[in-house]
Amino acid sequence: MGIRSTQLSPELAKLQEAIKGYAEGFGLDFFETIFEMVPSDAINGLAAQEGFPVRYPHWRFGMNYDQYSKGYEWGLQKIYEMVINTSPAYAYLMSSNSYVDQKTVMAHVYGHVDFFKNNYWFSKTNRKMLDTMANHAVRIRRYMDEFGQDEVENFIDLCLSLDNLIDPHLPFNEVKRSPAEPEAPRATEGGRLKVDRGYMEKFINPPEFVEEQRKRAEKQTKQEARFPSHPERDVMLFLLENSPISEWKQDVLRMIRDESYYFLPQMQTKIMNEGWASYWHSEIMTKKALRDSEIIDFADHHAGVLAMQPGKVNPYKVGVELYRDIEDRWNRGQFGKEYEDCSDIREKHKWDKKLGLGRKKIFEVRKVCNDVTFIDEYLTPEFVDRFKLYTYEFNKRTGQHEIVDRDFKSVKNKLLAGLTNQGQPNIAVVDGNFENRGEILLSHKHLGVDLDMKYARETMRSIFMIWTRPVHIETLVEGRKRFFTYTANHEFIAKD
Amino acid sequence: MIDGVRRDHARFREIVRGKVKQDLKKYIQHSEMFGRKGKDVVTIPMPQIDIPRFRFGSNQGGTGQGDGNPGDPVPGQGDPNQPGQGDQKAGSDPGEHGLEVEFTLEELAEILGEELALPKIEPRGQKTLKSKVDRYTAIASQGPNSLRHFKRTFKEALKRQIASGTYDPENPIIIPIKKDLRYRSWKSDVKHENSAVIIYMMDVSGSMGDEQKDIVRTETFWINTWLKSQYKGVEARYIIHDATAKEVDEDTFFRTRESGGTLISSAYKLCEQIINQDYPPSDWNIYPFHFSDGDNWSTEDTKLCIDLMKNSLLKKVNVFCYGQVDSRYGSGQFYKDLQESFGSDNEEVITSRIENKDGILQSIKEFLGKGK
Repeated sequence: MGIRSTQLSPELAKLQEAIKGYAEGFGLDFFETIFEMVPSDAINGLAAQEGFPVRYPHWRFGMNYDQYSKGYEWGLQKIYEMVINTSPAYAYLMSSNSYVDQKTVMAHVYGHVDFFKNNYWFSKTNRKMLDTMANHAVRIRRYMDEFGQDEVENFIDLCLSLDNLIDPHLPFNEVKRSPAEPEAPRATEGGRLKVDRGYMEKFINPPEFVEEQRKRAEKQTKQEARFPSHPERDVMLFLLENSPISEWKQDVLRMIRDESYYFLPQMQTKIMNEGWASYWHSEIMTKKALRDSEIIDFADHHAGVLAMQPGKVNPYKVGVELYRDIEDRWNRGQFGKEYEDCSDIREKHKWDKKLGLGRKKIFEVRKVCNDVTFIDEYLTPEFVDRFKLYTYEFNKRTGQHEIVDRDFKSVKNKLLAGLTNQGQPNIAVVDGNFENRGEILLSHKHLGVDLDMKYARETMRSIFMIWTRPVHIETLVEGRKRFFTYTANHEFIAKD
Repeated sequence: MIDGVRRDHARFREIVRGKVKQDLKKYIQHSEMFGRKGKDVVTIPMPQIDIPRFRFGSNQGGTGQGDGNPGDPVPGQGDPNQPGQGDQKAGSDPGEHGLEVEFTLEELAEILGEELALPKIEPRGQKTLKSKVDRYTAIASQGPNSLRHFKRTFKEALKRQIASGTYDPENPIIIPIKKDLRYRSWKSDVKHENSAVIIYMMDVSGSMGDEQKDIVRTETFWINTWLKSQYKGVEARYIIHDATAKEVDEDTFFRTRESGGTLISSAYKLCEQIINQDYPPSDWNIYPFHFSDGDNWSTEDTKLCIDLMKNSLLKKVNVFCYGQVDSRYGSGQFYKDLQESFGSDNEEVITSRIENKDGILQSIKEFLGKGK
């Protein structure tokens, strides 16, 4: 690796073995994990490149670095831990951290790596991403040598501006992607089935059937005429397959898209992943690894990680507490019809069937859920109450965000709304040949929140620069249906 | 640091620099949005350098945690009723991330110079400014313990012990006494530099409004920045005048507002007096800048001003700059009078009319573009 990193000291190597042993003892199942000791400056650099030591040249990594290193310098933030989802997994330890911090970080990291390995949403990720990233860097550098840094970097900017326009279901949908098989029974002329004996005609081809066949055929021809045949949420793929761009640009777009899919599961499981790692560092530290003299430091840092800032929801905290809540409920049997049907609140409160299923349950949850299903399935009114969660809205009159309510349903809905589609707008290409003029029509599936039209305009410019024909979008603005166009003259026009 | 990131960081700085250059006019007009960090660094807010993506509008609401009743503001977003914050947006707006980049004044001057194609100034006079730099290269026999030089102290003690015969090679124990102690100390390096003084004069009579003063403030910021990049030591003096003139500090300069009439000559007289007292022209590069809305009390006083300039003031200064900030009340006569007397292409007197904020950039170019 191209960084100044050092192997662990014998002391820390021994520590790693011990922590690994504890983690395995608890039933965690992880890839081999390699810890690297790096100085604080390097950890900022690594964080700037999203954990990977080799990335293609791009100014945004420099911008990230600027912010991380300033945050560190001013004492505002410090990156304790970083781990990348590869096999073997790489994790970085900051050399200036204290011994007890390193211990905590190691325990935390094993939690993450267990999650990477076992969570379903990570199952399709490229575990050799370290190499892939390095290859991308080589290729992009070669293009820069050939076509100039500005040219390539500008195109990367365009691609990055679309990197949230991917289809989160695609990695699990490969089968559906292949061309659909012809539908049986295949209707013959006029939608009639072949009839040998004339008198059977009205039984084999009753008028309703013929009508239905006709409609179906019509729909199919319509569908075939439509392009793409179904709304395409993977806008990057659509552009990749259909834009008039040169080969190197295709390659760059493909690489940025691959990287985007690689990071997708991490966006989908922020609460779960951090919660799981925090749950395990706390278990391992408090039950096994912690020495008496370290307890204060550990408690201090642990509290820092899980602290709720006023007004904000800390994913680490919500995650870890939700796992604990689930564990407790399944230990005591607080689930199922009998429990749900019980109407005595005191009875419910001290409900304990001593089932002891908690640990098993949370391992199952970490296997199958993502943040949306995690919250949807396991958030309870008691939890919302206990952690004082509330919803807020912007009040135009006072110019402030104000608390709206603490109702379970609305808190849950608000949380889910922020997690659905990774908190990104749901946008798809519905027509790649709009009004038969080779223009793109996008559709925004409006789920309650308007788009930021200033950003939308700039993003549509990026699509235009790749597609080279005007780009349209249908959306709702303040409840009204609106239609926006980015024209060939770089104008942005709104219509009702 | 990883080499790649270092390159990316340089690249990022280059892009930011390019942005500032590209929007220099905007940044010059709104220098009030610069933050100051220490003496030589400003922070510049930089919107929209981020990659644009489809995203939700900012007022989408969300979930929070903590105490409070429905209708209470969510904590951590500042108080909109607090003065000075009124038009600032709530800091905790979800997804709100502006970028602040740091620039040294030197970098800013460089950008300004490149964009306006400003010539380097050829300083006149001798290098008389003594700039002193203290360096810790010397050794003293007195000082604080934190600066004690261990090796030198040891050596002294060793010398003393050998000389007095108390040193035993078999048992080389060296015990320093108070006389042996040595401390790190400083030496002053004196360098000779060209020095410059800027004497700002401003009309503070009633007709100069806030908008006009804003323009002057912006101009002085950029003039200071540029001249500081050209000379090692730059002093600034401030004179305000209505019918009489007095010297003030920078803060007062921009705050004072008088209601009296205007006698420009009073300021020019004071300016000359300051030069005579403190800044011998053979040693100093002198830059008087006068800002006014062009109203003078009488034509006689204007004549007095021009005589003063012609007969003595102009011989002492590098260049005399007059900036006329148009206001609704000013007649702008003084500008015309100067033009008449000195012509519009005079090497010694530069006049510039600044109609509004848009004119600032052009006027800075006029003032500094001659390389005097």
